[in-house]
Amino acid sequence: MANWVLNGLRTGIKTTPYPRQPDDAPGVSPGRPRGTPLSSPDRAAELAQRCPTAAIVSQNSGVAIDQSSCVHCFRCHDDDNEDAAAWERGYEWAAYADESAKAQRKMDRIFRRSLHIRFVDAGACGACISEARQLNNPYYNMHRLGFFITPTPRNADVLLVAGPVSDAMRLPLRKTYQAMPAPKRVVAIGACAISGGVFGPSFAASGGVGQVIPVDVVVPGCPPPPLAILHGLLLVVERKPPSVLVSPPREREASPP
Amino acid sequence: MVVLDQHVVPPEHSSALLALCRGRWGGRIAASLEDTGRVCRIECRPEELREICEWLMRELQFTFATLVVEEQPAWSLTYVFYKDSNSLWVYVELRLDAGAGAVPSISGLVHGPSADWHEREIEDLFGLSFEGHPRLGEFVLHEDWPEGTNPMRRDFDAGQPLVDRPSEPRWQPPTIVAAPGAFSMPIGPVFADFAESAHFLLETVGEDVIRTIPRFFYKFRGVEKIAEGKPIDRVLLLAERFSGITAFAHGLAFCQAVEAICCIEVPERARALRTVFAELERLRHHAAVITGICNSTALAIAASQAALIEEDLLRLSCETGRHRYLFGLTTPGGLACDPSVEQSRHLAGAVDGIAGRLDDLHRMLRYSSSFLDRLEEVGIITAEHALSYGLVGPIARASGGSRDIRKIFPYAAYEGVDFRVPAETQGDGYARLRVFFQEAEQSATIIGQVASTLPGGPVSVDPPEWRAGVALSAVEAPLGAAFHWLRLGENGIVARYRMTPPSFTNWHGFHLAAENFAFQDFPIILASFGLSNAECDR
Repeated sequence: MANWVLNGLRTGIKTTPYPRQPDDAPGVSPGRPRGTPLSSPDRAAELAQRCPTAAIVSQNSGVAIDQSSCVHCFRCHDDDNEDAAAWERGYEWAAYADESAKAQRKMDRIFRRSLHIRFVDAGACGACISEARQLNNPYYNMHRLGFFITPTPRNADVLLVAGPVSDAMRLPLRKTYQAMPAPKRVVAIGACAISGGVFGPSFAASGGVGQVIPVDVVVPGCPPPPLAILHGLLLVVERKPPSVLVSPPREREASPP
Repeated sequence: MVVLDQHVVPPEHSSALLALCRGRWGGRIAASLEDTGRVCRIECRPEELREICEWLMRELQFTFATLVVEEQPAWSLTYVFYKDSNSLWVYVELRLDAGAGAVPSISGLVHGPSADWHEREIEDLFGLSFEGHPRLGEFVLHEDWPEGTNPMRRDFDAGQPLVDRPSEPRWQPPTIVAAPGAFSMPIGPVFADFAESAHFLLETVGEDVIRTIPRFFYKFRGVEKIAEGKPIDRVLLLAERFSGITAFAHGLAFCQAVEAICCIEVPERARALRTVFAELERLRHHAAVITGICNSTALAIAASQAALIEEDLLRLSCETGRHRYLFGLTTPGGLACDPSVEQSRHLAGAVDGIAGRLDDLHRMLRYSSSFLDRLEEVGIITAEHALSYGLVGPIARASGGSRDIRKIFPYAAYEGVDFRVPAETQGDGYARLRVFFQEAEQSATIIGQVASTLPGGPVSVDPPEWRAGVALSAVEAPLGAAFHWLRLGENGIVARYRMTPPSFTNWHGFHLAAENFAFQDFPIILASFGLSNAECDR
């Protein structure tokens, strides 16, 4: 007979040090391009040209990255070439969908260590779903932080949504949202759920979850690694500060003429 | 009616097939060889279509691969066939005028069910009708799409915004079982866990489920349509991302089609590395399926062990291929990055260690009788059904099939690799689990062989001049045979991109395994298939 208990004990503890300490194990995150000053505007323009989703915005002092549409295609990435985009490691990528509205959207402290999550796949490719599923594996084990998956929207505090929202998933998504009791929060994970990604907006998919239900927190990435999704959940209960979606700020937005 | 002739020898060579065709059909068809004898093209009229398809499938044991429709503006329908024993494609081509009415359906033939979903999909997306098909109508496009919408037609604008239709759907689940106390149990499209969106209607009389009626395409994103008119580098993003967990296989299939059209010679090193990464993806995918199966039987420690292996493989993919799901790695002409000697050595060593852990897990599972009780004789697919539905990949190999694109049409560096295609015959959940384990083991063997003898040289060739043309590319994706049909116009603009992923082929046979079972077995049957809805729905 197989002795599973012994087998489990022999494996030891695998849990990530995050959020107490950063997790620097290799391969937890693919990283992403970082907005950076560049010496010549030509290089910035060339870099912007390489981006298939217009996530790289060329401006006078260099490039800004709009993380909501970066799909990790690595076309701006080249370790050996100094003309390539600067690359940031890390995974604390979650941000408020609407910076200005966050004051009204405070989640009561009572939820900080007991948050029930309902997941909806609104047309995701499978990678975001797989990364969200990893949150239950022994490395990430989100239960230790008081985050639980719930089988019914009636018990859910947070709706975790992946995918650009395909036509047939709009109604189930709306119904799930409506079935949740207040206070409720929506976390959109992945480039598709934020901006439609490579699929939308089109005749078959909308341009993100925000077009169907109100979104509170977004987690950019294609797909966002498990630790980024964890950061998003920690942000909902204000146990971690937010990141920003566009950095550095677009110049015309920063200093209007 | 074609009489089965026992004395027909299956042709091993294209010229023999050509002679056989001409002898059997004479002047009624035009048969020719293309692509240095790798493709036998048979042009026929609608009257002969059913007879030719029946002849190919019943007498010559060909398998239906895919049906490609192109509107140019006259209709062109290409029925693609292949078989286990030789590297030969057969295209049966039918041309129809733009105003033509119905096409004869081949779904009713003995081995015809494999074309069933293709015909339903085409009726929905192109508005072409198939005469004699038992069940056309609402399929990909659910009921609240306006009547007469055919998004794959050329005059349909893919960029038009999605129309918001707030109405309640008219759809009512069909009920077939009529028995005292019978009721229907709907499951999905939103699940209690991290599951993909799909709907299953279980018809039950209490404890036992009589039959399962699946409903898919909740995740239809119109990938084939939005690819049209886009340049190659944009369509590559779609090819990788329509099914993220099998991204490398589909990205590779797309790149191979581009390379075939533009006559690009891929460097030897890139071919070897493509083999390594394709197998790394298969290994990770199968570890995820094994995690799912252990989870479905609530064997928590086994599920944790498999999940650790899966996460380790995701991290390994990220370390050696830059991305946890290997996005952005393959490009037309080679690979986008070149792992260093240390990285490839690290990869081979890590995979070897993981293979050992998988082997330990398999051994422990074999001695867990409570686990085996849940899998044995559950969700059976018979060999006859696997054959007639044209099932592919691990599902088919658990039911007596041994078809593998890596052996039939070797690509990348598979020709020089020594590996075994596992085959089981029981067709139940346990047979599928064993196949997943054995395939994972074989993938580790392949990585070991190739990563230790990586040839030197460049890892990609410079982007060439794009050419116009058409190509069919086949790969063995983690879930089975994937067929990508690509037509390029001028300047590298995609004119038509038809993909037939293995999940589309295999979901079609899922209901066969989900009949007459106990309620609590449903998650186990589902997990033992390990299929993807994103891959099926596109």
